[in-house]
Amino acid sequence: MEPALAVSNLNVEILGENGAFPVVSEMSFSVNPGQTICIVGESGCGKSMTALSLLRLLPESARVASGSIKIHGEEFLAMDQRKMEDFRGDKIAMIFQEPLTALNPVLTIGEQISESVRQHRNAGKREAFARAVKCLELVQMPDPERRARQYPHELSGGMRQRAMIALALACEPKIIIADEPTTALDVTVQAQILGLISDLQKRLGMAQILITHDLGVVAETADRVIVMYAGRRVEECSVYELFDNPLHPYTVGLMGAVPHRGEAAASPRRLADIPGTVPALWDLSKGCAFAPRCPGASSRCFEERPPFTEKKPGHFAACWEHDHA
Amino acid sequence: MIAYIARRLLLLIPMALGMVVVTFGLLLLIPGDPASVLLGQEASPDAINNLRNTLGLNDPWYIRLGVYFMHLLQGDMGRSIFQNQAVSEIIVGRLGATIELAIVALIFACLIGITLGVIAATRQGSLIDTISMVFAQLGVSMPVYWLGLLLMLLFAVTLGWLPAIGRGTPLLQATAAALTGQPHVLLDSFAHILLPALALAANSAAIISRLVRASMLEVLREDFVRTAYAKGLRRQRVIIRHAFRNALLPVLSVIGLRFGALLGGAVLTETIFAWPGLGQLTITAISQRDLPLIQGIVLTFAIIFALVNLVVDLLYAAVDPRIRLG
Repeated sequence: MEPALAVSNLNVEILGENGAFPVVSEMSFSVNPGQTICIVGESGCGKSMTALSLLRLLPESARVASGSIKIHGEEFLAMDQRKMEDFRGDKIAMIFQEPLTALNPVLTIGEQISESVRQHRNAGKREAFARAVKCLELVQMPDPERRARQYPHELSGGMRQRAMIALALACEPKIIIADEPTTALDVTVQAQILGLISDLQKRLGMAQILITHDLGVVAETADRVIVMYAGRRVEECSVYELFDNPLHPYTVGLMGAVPHRGEAAASPRRLADIPGTVPALWDLSKGCAFAPRCPGASSRCFEERPPFTEKKPGHFAACWEHDHA
Repeated sequence: MIAYIARRLLLLIPMALGMVVVTFGLLLLIPGDPASVLLGQEASPDAINNLRNTLGLNDPWYIRLGVYFMHLLQGDMGRSIFQNQAVSEIIVGRLGATIELAIVALIFACLIGITLGVIAATRQGSLIDTISMVFAQLGVSMPVYWLGLLLMLLFAVTLGWLPAIGRGTPLLQATAAALTGQPHVLLDSFAHILLPALALAANSAAIISRLVRASMLEVLREDFVRTAYAKGLRRQRVIIRHAFRNALLPVLSVIGLRFGALLGGAVLTETIFAWPGLGQLTITAISQRDLPLIQGIVLTFAIIFALVNLVVDLLYAAVDPRIRLG
């Protein structure tokens, strides 16, 4: 099967005052229709930059230095402005993190959704609005007809995110990118929204790239997982393998920092933390970026960057430790 | 909404009273005496004193203020000392010309300012951005009487394209004439208003363009602009429909304030271009110390300004759905 989205060797850099420095390096992955891939990492690890580059929406200070993004086999990075705009919102769409700021405050929800339909489907005003109401219904917006005529500030946070999802789904894209779609929401609403996205994704057969820092979200939604650290992949495997058998010490550290239910009663422990902080991206050493914080780092880790290789069938990691495994 | 408008209109009353008191106080403080202006330098002190008695100028200030208020409450702004005509009649006869000039200037200021601001913002750092900001700097720094004279020199004296002074047929009547087959009347009116309106608009256009540029630059960085691009919308549509509408909000209130500035600027512009409006009348009234006339003009300007601000607030609510008037 041809993957819906294939990213290979993507490098993104930020143009700083002292020249360019990489924020995403050698990123590669592919997603099949109906599949969900999660990109996990701390803030500043390059996951949002990866997401934005997939839509060619990087801020002016950043740019794709090299690499390839293929959407259904077509090279997205090589497309001219027109064609790229035709793809955006139609073939590939994005759910943003903070629906309050990501929606235009002076246009109604319905106007904002139907705008996308009119752009890509050549629909009339009324037809597009009807489609917008349908989309709102699809995301289980209560009273969609009325909500479509309201402005973002008149909706609750959860409803705004539903509207955001409806907006992304308006033209039935084959690929959906969700950048921390539940971070801005109440915990009680988070599960609903995640469930909704997964459900729609399965039903519409979309490929999904979910960006998150929350391992709980990963466990619930992902098929495959990519763990990023300092702009690079450090581990990639299926979601079961990740939780059963994490290889990279950073992943192990992340797991240790998550509380488990019932654990406290059996054997109380402090939640583990990872000592140190994420290194500055403009100041990376030639070795493994995680080495200064790694409990098992050897001198080699500081000297040479470990390659990202397959340690077990379907399980990749960038760590010298597991080379013989 | 209607309750809101009614409340705002009621608030005009205390504002107008305050305005009258302040103007009255200022006029007490400035030297000069209408009676001596009226009678000329040769007049005897007795004659001046007699005239002052007739005009009521020898009464104590609180009686004069009280009498003025009493008349004002009956809708009477008094009589001009020099023109021997009711102040309200004089003002009504001149008001149209000033409002016409201010509105045309405001339209120029908005058209020029918004266009330059949007272009500069969407091409930040380009040559066109630099040029329009240099223009804005010039516009802010050049006083209206200087720019007015330059324009007059170039377009009226040197090139001879446009009339230097005076007013054509009022625009409303001229439009009516044009509709009944006399387009040259309208053209003549335009030719007359072009220079004074441009001179008057320059300062406001400059301020508006800088504001629009800053506001656009800020809005273009907003998340919802990125969302609009993510939908696949064309750049032009994103800029006009998504960015511009939001960028307009802070600009709108300033445009209202600029209208006040335009009325003030009209005083100088009208004098330079011999535009028969209230501004020109103001200068005459002040130099003659025609107290009732000055009072009337200031009061009129204040009420117009307050009404314009009310309109701006209503527009604000129309553009931004988050604003509820109440």
